Amino acid sequence: MDLSSINPILLIASIMISATPILLAAIGEMVVEKAGVLNLGVEGMMITGAVVGFATAVSTGSPALGFMAAALAAAVLSLSFGILTQILLSNQVATGLGLTLVGLGLSALIGKPYEGMKTPTMAKLDIPILGDIPVLGRMLFSHDPMVYVSLFLVLAVWAVLKYTRAGLILRAVGESHDAAHALGYKVIRIRMMAIFFGGACAGLGGAYLSLVRVPQWTEGMTAGSGWIALAIVVFASWRAERVLIGAYLFGGVTVLQLNLQAAGVKVPVEILSMSPYLITILVLVIISARGAHGAPASLGRPFHASS
Amino acid sequence: MIRLERRPQPSRLWTAITPLLAVLLTMIVGGLMFALLGKPPLEAIRIIFWDPLFHPQFAAYSRPQLLVKAGPLILIAIGLSLGFRAGIWNIGAEGQYIMGAICGAGMGLAFYPTTNPLIFPAMVIAGALGGWAWAMIPAVLKVRFGTNEILVSLMLVYVAEALLASVSQKLLRNPEGMGFPGSRNFQQYPAAHNGELLPGTGMHWGVLAAFMAVIFAHVLLTRHIQGFNIRLTGEAPRAARFSGVSPARIIFLCLGFGGALAGAAGLFEVSGPAGQITIDFNSGYGFTAIIVAFLGRLNPIGILLAGLLMALTYIGGELAQLMLGLPGASIQLFQGMLLFFLLATDVFTNFRIRIGKTEVA
Repeated sequence: MDLSSINPILLIASIMISATPILLAAIGEMVVEKAGVLNLGVEGMMITGAVVGFATAVSTGSPALGFMAAALAAAVLSLSFGILTQILLSNQVATGLGLTLVGLGLSALIGKPYEGMKTPTMAKLDIPILGDIPVLGRMLFSHDPMVYVSLFLVLAVWAVLKYTRAGLILRAVGESHDAAHALGYKVIRIRMMAIFFGGACAGLGGAYLSLVRVPQWTEGMTAGSGWIALAIVVFASWRAERVLIGAYLFGGVTVLQLNLQAAGVKVPVEILSMSPYLITILVLVIISARGAHGAPASLGRPFHASS
Repeated sequence: MIRLERRPQPSRLWTAITPLLAVLLTMIVGGLMFALLGKPPLEAIRIIFWDPLFHPQFAAYSRPQLLVKAGPLILIAIGLSLGFRAGIWNIGAEGQYIMGAICGAGMGLAFYPTTNPLIFPAMVIAGALGGWAWAMIPAVLKVRFGTNEILVSLMLVYVAEALLASVSQKLLRNPEGMGFPGSRNFQQYPAAHNGELLPGTGMHWGVLAAFMAVIFAHVLLTRHIQGFNIRLTGEAPRAARFSGVSPARIIFLCLGFGGALAGAAGLFEVSGPAGQITIDFNSGYGFTAIIVAFLGRLNPIGILLAGLLMALTYIGGELAQLMLGLPGASIQLFQGMLLFFLLATDVFTNFRIRIGKTEVA
């Protein structure tokens, strides 16, 4: 065992990389749930984003285009969920599961020819002055642009939900769709937009996995990231700043676990590789035992103007 | 102006029609997909839905496969459907299936090489208990702390997969397997082997258990008070609480039953068709069973039919891979689409479509 082989600067930097996909997916899902919709298809949208982003980046040579295509593809896929649950009033849990199954199948189909290929790497953003700070510079300020996009998204979601009228309306729809409807807000339209945003975020998260984090395409590569993103929303009690904490904590566990495996710690490998999932369960239990939930009151309930 | 008007009661006619409509829509859209992939669409549909049963050359091999594949799907889906009816979302059947297989196979391998006829029943019990115990984790956490069972049961799938990788390389590895991962093969262990009961039919103990589970679930739901309580909890949770139905009891019952059936299915699979514990002996039946449960309208008889249909798409998909070079993943997408179309057409069960001006209430 050689713990000294773990470099703390690289550790922090890699935590940020490993947290970003989950952070992107979780912040999107939080907005969806704030609007009162439970979309369990995050995993399916993420993996669709991963494969579309990868395929686009490989064929165009541009990771940026890859990210855009991934966001668009996953958002379009999420619209199918929106149409089913909002217009055709299907069960949200079942439809979300269906979305995940469809996404897994679709991605495997699209991704077959791209297995084993390499993507063009994304240029690191060199922030002029901040990047030159001795330790912090490498830790925090020399990442690819998507890391900062994800942080910006968290900030934007937090500010919009807290300070703007649009955020207030979104929350109203999530808390009581009947009251929002009575006030004349278009419940279904607002929810569709939230679902679309959530899909785009999940797509970006998936593309980050296949373009930056791994970077490769393998079937089923999200390996539960989408589900963990859902758990993080619960962990965060539906608050943007806590989503950030949750995703970084989780990224920390994942990276630490991989580093410990590499350092040859005398803990069985299988225990280490199941630890992210066990810790997620543990955290869920602690959160639910504390009883402070803060879930939007209309979460998962179907809305039909007649009732 | 088209609008939806809620029916006073779900339409029984549409409940029966929607699965057929969904299959039809899946065939059409799936056919388009095959055409996009450059494969002849009609031929692909015929190979998937018709040839496994009636092709002069392949049917002899593929017909028994129908029961082999349908058995575990039906067994798992029956267990899941009880929970879904009560609004308890156990989506980690895949994990319970794996744990059942590990526990049951472990029981059998511990007594290798016995010829005692009791070893197989003991393995079935161990398998069911393994699945049951794995399902009890989300059940206890939900009852005790109110933890979301969807996320916990799903996370446990990944934990079970890690355990499976571990035991197939270490604990249960075949000591005479020359270092290859994977346990002893149950085909060379007659007392513990879950072989065909009638030659050429594909019928094994697991299929028989699936049929028994269908009958049991049907009787439970239509004739027994616990079945009524399950339905009541799902359809009117408040009414259920007022009439003294304990939510905790329903959670334990539904998750436990689902886990035990999934665990038993895992054991039947590993000791029969799969033959041995390997890293990837599980083929996603736990997830496909979710589609089967919904396609069968959460109704035991419906699940029986839906399981057979889903098994058909598996076998037909393999056949299409062989004959047309269709990618294996397209059949997975095909199955996902089936669930999607079913949920979409389901709107007609609860609503009727009105065309005309919206009246002011």
